[in-house]
Parts: sequence; C-alpha cells; structure tokens
Amino acid sequence: MKILVALKQVPDTESRIKVAADGRSLDPADVKWITSPYDEYALEEAIRIKEAKGAEVVALSVGTDAAKDVLKNALALGADTAVLLKGDGQGDAFAVAQMIAAYVKDKGFDLILCGNKGLGGDNAAMGPMLAELLGVAQANVVVKLELGDGTFSAERETDGGSELVVGALPAVITAQKGLNEPRYASLKGIMAAKKKTIEELDAAPAVAGAQVSALALPPERPAGRKLEGEPAAQAQALLQALKDEAKVF
Amino acid sequence: MILVFCELKDGQLRKPSAEALSEGRRLADASGKQLGALFVGASCAGAADAAKYGADAILTAEGGTLASYSSDAFAQVVADAVKAKGATVLLAAATAVGKDVAPRAAARLAAGYASDVTGLSMVDGKLQAVRPVYAGKAFATTSFASAVQVATTRPNVFPAAEKAGAGAAEALATPTGDFKSVVKEILAKAGGKVDLSEANVIVSGGRGMKDGANFKLLEDFADAIGGVVGASRAAVDAGWGLPHSMQVGQTGKVVSPTLYIACGISGAIQHIAGMSGSKFIVAINKDPEAPIFKLASYGIVGDLFEVVPELTKAAKAMGIGSN
Repeated sequence: MKILVALKQVPDTESRIKVAADGRSLDPADVKWITSPYDEYALEEAIRIKEAKGAEVVALSVGTDAAKDVLKNALALGADTAVLLKGDGQGDAFAVAQMIAAYVKDKGFDLILCGNKGLGGDNAAMGPMLAELLGVAQANVVVKLELGDGTFSAERETDGGSELVVGALPAVITAQKGLNEPRYASLKGIMAAKKKTIEELDAAPAVAGAQVSALALPPERPAGRKLEGEPAAQAQALLQALKDEAKVF
Repeated sequence: MILVFCELKDGQLRKPSAEALSEGRRLADASGKQLGALFVGASCAGAADAAKYGADAILTAEGGTLASYSSDAFAQVVADAVKAKGATVLLAAATAVGKDVAPRAAARLAAGYASDVTGLSMVDGKLQAVRPVYAGKAFATTSFASAVQVATTRPNVFPAAEKAGAGAAEALATPTGDFKSVVKEILAKAGGKVDLSEANVIVSGGRGMKDGANFKLLEDFADAIGGVVGASRAAVDAGWGLPHSMQVGQTGKVVSPTLYIACGISGAIQHIAGMSGSKFIVAINKDPEAPIFKLASYGIVGDLFEVVPELTKAAKAMGIGSN
C-alpha cells in the first residue's frame, strides 16, 4: 500500500494576526509556524496503517523552502520519504490541488490523507478538489477510518451527528480531530530523519480560481458592561438586559 | 443564473439553505439574473418551499440512485446543473453536505471557491466574497478569476427573508449509479437540537467547569433559554469525556450565534477566534482580569456554580425561551 500525506505549514493557533503592508497578506513577523494540526492527524493515521499492515508513506508539502520544516518533522515521525513541490506558496486551494494532482498522477497511491482544513486559510477545499481532479472517492472530516481490500469505510462528522461513508480506493480522506492521538517524534526518529533528503520538484503550473484582494482585522467590539450584585441579582440583571437591550429573547 | 444548492430535512427546507437562497435572491436582483434552487435526492418533496425565498426556478434531480449522499454523484449533478443552466454563480450553505459537495463541484467546473463566507456582493458582474480567515482573527476579501464562481454561506449570518418567487419546477436527469463513495449508514443523529454552527444561542463551558459532570448545569440553563451547549478546547482536552464535536475555537467549530454565554472560559486567542463573530457575548468568570471580559457585551465577575443556577431559575421565572 502506498500512502501520500499532504501537509501544510500554518501560523500557530496562539499567533496574533497582523496584516502586511500590501494590505492583502499576513505579516510574517513574529509568527511561529507549525504543521496544520489537522494534517498531524492525517500523518499519524498513515503511520499507524504502515505499522499495522505495512505501507510506504510519502509526505508532501507545497511551498517555499520554509515548508521543509514540516517535511523534516514528518520524516522524524515515520514518513519514509518527503517531497517538496516548490512554488511561491500563494496559490488558492484549487491551484494547490492541481499541483498535487499533477504529482500524484500515475504514481500508484492507494490513499491520500490530509487535514479536513488548513488552519488559517480555513478553506476546507483542497482535499475534495484533489479527489475530483484525480477522479477518486472522498470522505471528509473523518474521525474513524478502516481499510478493506481495495475499499475504505470512514466515519465522518456531520451537522451534530455522524455518518459512515464507504467507497473504493484510491481515495482522498481528510482528517478531523478525534481520528487518533498524534505521537511525538522520538530521538531515534529525529536522528534518522537527519540522514534522509527531501526531494525537491518544481510545482506544476496551475491556474488559481480565486485570490485574496484584501485582508483586514475584524472591527473592535463595542465596550460592554459588568453586572454587579449578588448572584441572584446579577442573573436577573443579565436576563433583563438581554431581553430589553439586546432583544435576544 | 445564480444557482443555490439546497437541502431538505424531513421534507422541509433547511434554515441555512433558506439563508443562502435569500442571499442569492439579493445578488440576482443586484445583477439582473434569475435565481434557481437546486435539490438533489431520492425525494425532493418540500422543494416548492424555495419559491418562498425568491426562487424563479426550482430544479430537482430526484431518483433512487441519490437516496444516500454520495460526494462524487452529488458533485456531478450540481456541476451538470450549473452547465445546463449557464449559471455563473453557485451557492450552497456551509453545512456538512454543502462543504463536501461545493468544492468538489467547483473543481469539476474549474471554478474558484470561497468557503464559509460572511459577506457577498456583485462587483462588475462578478462575485466578491468576504470570509473569515485564521478562524475569524482576520477577514479576507476574495475575488474570482474563473467564469463560474462558487461560495458556501456561513449559517446564521445571512437573514432568511421571505420573498415570493415564480418557482417554476423543472426535473433534471439523475446519474445511473456506480458511485465512488456513498453514505452507508447514519451513525448518530443531531436529535432534536441544532448543531452548534447553526445555533442561535450557545452556552459554553471552559476549564472553570472543573468536571464534565458539571456541564449538566449548563445543559439545564441552555434548555431553559433554548440554547445549545459548547465547550472550550481546555475543557474538551481535559479528559472529562466531552466530545470534540462540542469544541468551539480555532481547532473546533467556528460559531456565530446571536448570543454566546462563556462560563469559566478565560478567553485564549484560539477560543476567541472561534466565537468572536457572536452578536452578543456574555462572560461569567471568577477572574476579573480574564481576557474574555474584553469581548463581553455583559460581564459577570462571580462563581459560575452560584450564578448559572440562578440564571436557570430566573429564566424559568421570566418565561424566557418559552416563546
């Protein structure tokens, strides 16, 4: 079995977001970069499949040299090889899906795993777009995955519930928190990863479908007020305010 | 034409779909286009409701092969409908199905896609979208390079305004089967309660709840005011047995209810990112310096174990939630 894990480098969740001078991109100063958390579940699942039934795991990222950190980490965690599709990292989900599809084509992957969304862009689009471009099955926001002989069975989160999706391999599966508990890299893994090289390829040409023309911070929230008194009085005052001022009820 | 992929639940138009239709109507009026509502499934009974939200045409792809949701089959039907109608804009609500089918259909149409948008407009005949990025820490204005433009609308943001439309019915062809994947079984239903992402009122608990069992206090209060219970990442990760589906924040659900009541939540950046789109925020916390108070429309500095039961009692006494 051959598994591809697509990984994205994103700003850490505790980062404060600042807009760059161009007015449409993120100011990278002071930003700590991490592997998108949902992609970590995808990678862990690939490694678990490899441990359980044997598989070749290829880690892939699209971007500049900076994305190599994500791939080094993936190698330390247990990916067999790593590929960087070099580009300016500016493409939309559709462009990235085209670049990955061009790489994946004819390489015989049985399974492609990635996060259900890249933290930050929050598009939740690359996985399903890749599945369509490759003409394969998809299951998104997956919390449980089982593989059969050329088939998969995946539990996915829906609006307040869950459903079981069954389909044929190859497939694109996008991971959700709860799929597994990602491991930490071992010292042995980190040392072994240092001996591995990251294959660098130029990303295939791609056409973007959309672009960000402006990035802005949300408006300041109006100042609120504190409700004083004993708990019973505070409770009464709050509900009255929500009813009369906010007109929520 | 502006085409809106719509969903039915128990034979009724889902509210997020009604919201997407209403926004589609507004965009169609602004650009002199027709509005089409598209329904896909084994039975599309109830589709006529789309006329209430301004649909000029109601398109149904109705057939046994579509009884269970299939990402590839639905994407094919949707993309075919866009092509057949010459639609330039495709909208869907950002629900579990909408977010699954819309990007796949977009790729099939070589179209740009903006997900979970909170604002839409027509600029020089093309769609322009505003959408939260970094879970709401910033907003991106997205413009499209493609001929067809696809977007999903965030639930609870666009008003569902009734406006009568002609609602001319038209049946579309359905695929014969042999799909790449299909939903075999519904494992868990939402039950009577709406999902967090659609909820109008959310009562959420954090580390200050001290234990999973204490969330009963929040459930009682939420029941009294017609709300749904959520949790912070700290609470979900604390090993209290709370499911991840309850988590509000950057790595959980991003919500935009009318009212968000944060109980024992300090207000970590990643949590604020997930709920700062709420219209009114109430913070209940022992620590007067908790960052959550900076966002709060109303703040109560106090012990949630004393305040929340009083709120439940007062809500019942005032008859809130019964209307």
